[in-house]
Amino acid sequence: MTTAPPLATQDVAPAQTPARAPRAGRRRLWLTATCVLLAVLAVLSTFVGVSDVRLGSLLADEGTARDVLLLSRLPRTAAILLAGSTMAVTGVVIQMLVRNRFVEPSTIGTTESAGLGLLVVTLLAPGMALPGKLAVAAVAALAGTLLFLGVLRSVPVRSVVTVPLLGLMLSGVIGAVSTFIAYRADLLQTLSSWMTGDFSGIVAGRYELLWAVAVLTLVVYVTADRFTVVGMGRDVATGLGLSYRTVMALGLGIVSVASAIVVVVVGALPFLGLVVPNVVSLLAGDNLRRSLPWVALLGAGLVLVCDVVGRVVRYPYEVPIGVVMGVVGAAAFLYLLLRRSTDVG
Amino acid sequence: MIEVRSVTKRYGRTVVVDDVELTLPAGGLVSIIGPNGAGKSTLLSIVARLLPADAGSVLVDGHDVASTPGDVLARRLAVLRQENHLTVRLTVRDLVAFGRYPHSRGRLTTTDEAHVDAALEHLGLTDLAGRFLDQLSGGQRQRAHVAMVLAQDTEYVLLDEPLNNLDMKHARQMMRMMRRAADELGRTVVVVLHDINFAAAYSDRVVAMRDGAVVVQGTPAQIMTPEALHAVYDMDIAVHDVAGAPLAAYYV
Repeated sequence: MTTAPPLATQDVAPAQTPARAPRAGRRRLWLTATCVLLAVLAVLSTFVGVSDVRLGSLLADEGTARDVLLLSRLPRTAAILLAGSTMAVTGVVIQMLVRNRFVEPSTIGTTESAGLGLLVVTLLAPGMALPGKLAVAAVAALAGTLLFLGVLRSVPVRSVVTVPLLGLMLSGVIGAVSTFIAYRADLLQTLSSWMTGDFSGIVAGRYELLWAVAVLTLVVYVTADRFTVVGMGRDVATGLGLSYRTVMALGLGIVSVASAIVVVVVGALPFLGLVVPNVVSLLAGDNLRRSLPWVALLGAGLVLVCDVVGRVVRYPYEVPIGVVMGVVGAAAFLYLLLRRSTDVG
Repeated sequence: MIEVRSVTKRYGRTVVVDDVELTLPAGGLVSIIGPNGAGKSTLLSIVARLLPADAGSVLVDGHDVASTPGDVLARRLAVLRQENHLTVRLTVRDLVAFGRYPHSRGRLTTTDEAHVDAALEHLGLTDLAGRFLDQLSGGQRQRAHVAMVLAQDTEYVLLDEPLNNLDMKHARQMMRMMRRAADELGRTVVVVLHDINFAAAYSDRVVAMRDGAVVVQGTPAQIMTPEALHAVYDMDIAVHDVAGAPLAAYYV
């Protein structure tokens, strides 16, 4: 064998000029390191909790520790990683579609609409199977997002700050409608379980739906360039021969379905889709093909850390992750908003 | 060849482009001039299928822009709009590389990379390739957008007021660059300009619009007469012969 087979050379050299190779290499190194760090954190997180799970007990005892690990801790960690990465990715997608940095599913009415849809289906068809309820929630989420886009279109003045404010107002209105209905129907607790993310109820058999969002995240990654192009605006997208409407529909569909699934399984994780993409954008820019892995990793990492904090801060009780995220996220949101607006002004 | 056939565009009751007939042969640099509100940008947007016409049609090399698939047209015609503020944070190289999207669908081949390098080089951006757009001056950003449009490697390049935000030095550089794109790269460059002297000095052909209609068209020498300019701008403009080229003194 004197010459390498053509296929192999194609694999090794993905059409990059030698001058750019070191940068790409360093990037990959950082990404790998972050992956490893997240994996270590994930493994460690399975040892945090009320029930005693340690390496020793795993090896020694007859199976309680192992049961806890397999039925509760591992599913919980998996759910955290899946939900965290997905909500961060949906955030970046909706930011591209709306062309505004300060929106995410829970600040434009998507999440609230999913909750309202679930509430309505619980009242009208309590016996409906989970996939049916989920479908209703997804359709409601899509309707809420379209309502937001419609409101945006009808508002003459669009500034960086008015767009998220409109979204927050719309979310507030939809949330108020839900609360009113839930109050009348004595379902406030149920509603709050959707609107406040919480991983304490995650056990094997109750979270597997989340693997579907992993598929959606993958679809976003495969079509990443389209979302970046659409993020440059309708004219640029059209000029580059991309069907703006198709990408818009794809993105809205993914965001709505993913948000609905997360709301059903875990509950809302506020501000995640806002904070993570903004931080990644500052560090690595918005070329999604390059930045999406970071968004997914940091999203998963942030939720993991917040969840562990929630488990530890009032040990042996738990603070729901939605609360921890809400505090961390709101602070970060305000910081980003104020920093940006002084930049622009 | 770009053929504009009886194109009309209205915004409400206002007719912005009024039954325009225009034929632009392939090759060379064509300037579209005219006062504010003459319909220049609207016409350019219709040709680039960014806006639908209310009546009439536009053919680019025989392809009707309203019905030709977007990606087919994107390999023939590239366009840069006037307002190109981006909310996405991209490096110069990333932006220019997206000009290759119609050819590569995001997976850059060696050929694509070569086109990107050439476009960066052509606009003098090679040293700035790794910088983010928000770290550039307005003029550099403008050049980056033009580089993106050039990297798209299309027969027709449409630019809407590319001299906006540019100082004298960079405005001249930009005009020279477009001239070179026409001469050396063989592109057909159609550009909306406000400065008639730039238009006269660099164009092969000038199309003058007013109130949504083409008033005069022809070579720079044909347009640069007090009579023609009066018809377009409704101003008395003296035209002087400076070193063999017509120069309109519209300042005083």
